[in-house]
Amino acid sequence: MNDFLNQMELVGDWLTSSAQWHGDEGIPSRLVEHLTYSGLSLLFAALIGLAFGLLVGHTGRGAFAVASVANLARAIPTFGLVVLVVTLAGLSTTPVLVALVALAVPPILINTFEGVRGVDPATRDAARGVGMTEWEVLIRVEVPMALPLILLGLRVAAIQVVATATVAAYPGLGGLGRYIVDGLSRNDYGLVIGGSAVVVALALVVQVVFTALRRVVVSPGLRVSTAKS
Amino acid sequence: MSDDEPLIRWQWIADHTAELAEYTGIHLRLGLLPVLFGLIISVPLGIACHRWRWLYPPVLTVSNILYSIPSLALFMIFVRYTGLTEQTVMIPLTLYTLSVLVPNVVDGLASVPEPVRLAATAMGFGAVRRVAQVELPIAVPVVIAGVRVAAVSSISLVAVGQLIGQGGLGYYITRGLQLDFPTPIVTAILLIMLLALTTDALLVLAQRLLTPWSRNKVRSA
Repeated sequence: MNDFLNQMELVGDWLTSSAQWHGDEGIPSRLVEHLTYSGLSLLFAALIGLAFGLLVGHTGRGAFAVASVANLARAIPTFGLVVLVVTLAGLSTTPVLVALVALAVPPILINTFEGVRGVDPATRDAARGVGMTEWEVLIRVEVPMALPLILLGLRVAAIQVVATATVAAYPGLGGLGRYIVDGLSRNDYGLVIGGSAVVVALALVVQVVFTALRRVVVSPGLRVSTAKS
Repeated sequence: MSDDEPLIRWQWIADHTAELAEYTGIHLRLGLLPVLFGLIISVPLGIACHRWRWLYPPVLTVSNILYSIPSLALFMIFVRYTGLTEQTVMIPLTLYTLSVLVPNVVDGLASVPEPVRLAATAMGFGAVRRVAQVELPIAVPVVIAGVRVAAVSSISLVAVGQLIGQGGLGYYITRGLQLDFPTPIVTAILLIMLLALTTDALLVLAQRLLTPWSRNKVRSA
């Protein structure tokens, strides 16, 4: 317990020292780097994952392929992928984005697919019965009903991306992982644990943002049946 | 890196077979022991959460928060207590498995049809015997679906432990970066994926053997 308090004190010292809040090495600029990597890759991944997920979910074709891709993707060691991309393509933002997008697509894809597939066929038929076109069925019925699962997929992807962007510091990129990697090589535990604390806080913020988003966008009528996340 | 460097140089693999095998063994142990520990914790915890429902939301919240802590950060937090050892990798991985395993144990137990439960009670089974001999066996397919997710992600996360020198095959990932040589990295990634997918296939097989009556009924999560 005493040790835990010491640890908190280290984090506190590090966070409150004014040097941490200015310049290229400061927390604000590292945070911006981190959020840029994460935000851009999540955006691209969402475009790809949602498009394919909705397509496969609505038509029902290619379901097996989606399941296989998702399973395969979970087995890819993310750390290895980032390092490999950097080794092959050199150190720049684009290759890292490629690795992060590859990570984020599967959870979005599988959840979108599962969400659309899970819509009661009777509901779908009813929508067609009242004269909706296929496009309207998708946008006005399937998407709203699948929204809780789609958001869950986006949340899982966002957290994975934020976490993995940390690892990107190892082959020499910026972002919040720099503190952890630099701290380890300099044997400066305060730096390591301080950096970790910022990353943890960021991951929790992502968690909270998505929970709030869900409250706002999911139709109240769906809340009871999808209480489980 | 020179442009004519091939993605894989087979000679390197041939030269390192014994060493690769050793690291594969380490990797497998570091990836699967946490799942085993996770099961040992989540089965009783899941049973308790199923029995006393008020326990479930707090357990779920704590495990979800743990899960959203990036692996690298969680490893670093444990460095303070367990040093640069294998425990520092295995304890966080064990904690991660809980967020998948506990809900699956609870869902599995909840999937037991009420008539089955009543029948067991009518046959004179006490609560303990009913859980052990009726409810748990029926829950096995759902539990194994969770074990599959936990095992596959645990095996691929072990590599991150290389940043504190305990990453199993992750060793070759850092090695390849230092030497600017893709062969070790590609080999390590492929071996890790092979381990994960083989484990997954074995678990599917185990589920079929353990619960022959539920064949093809459970979709993998």
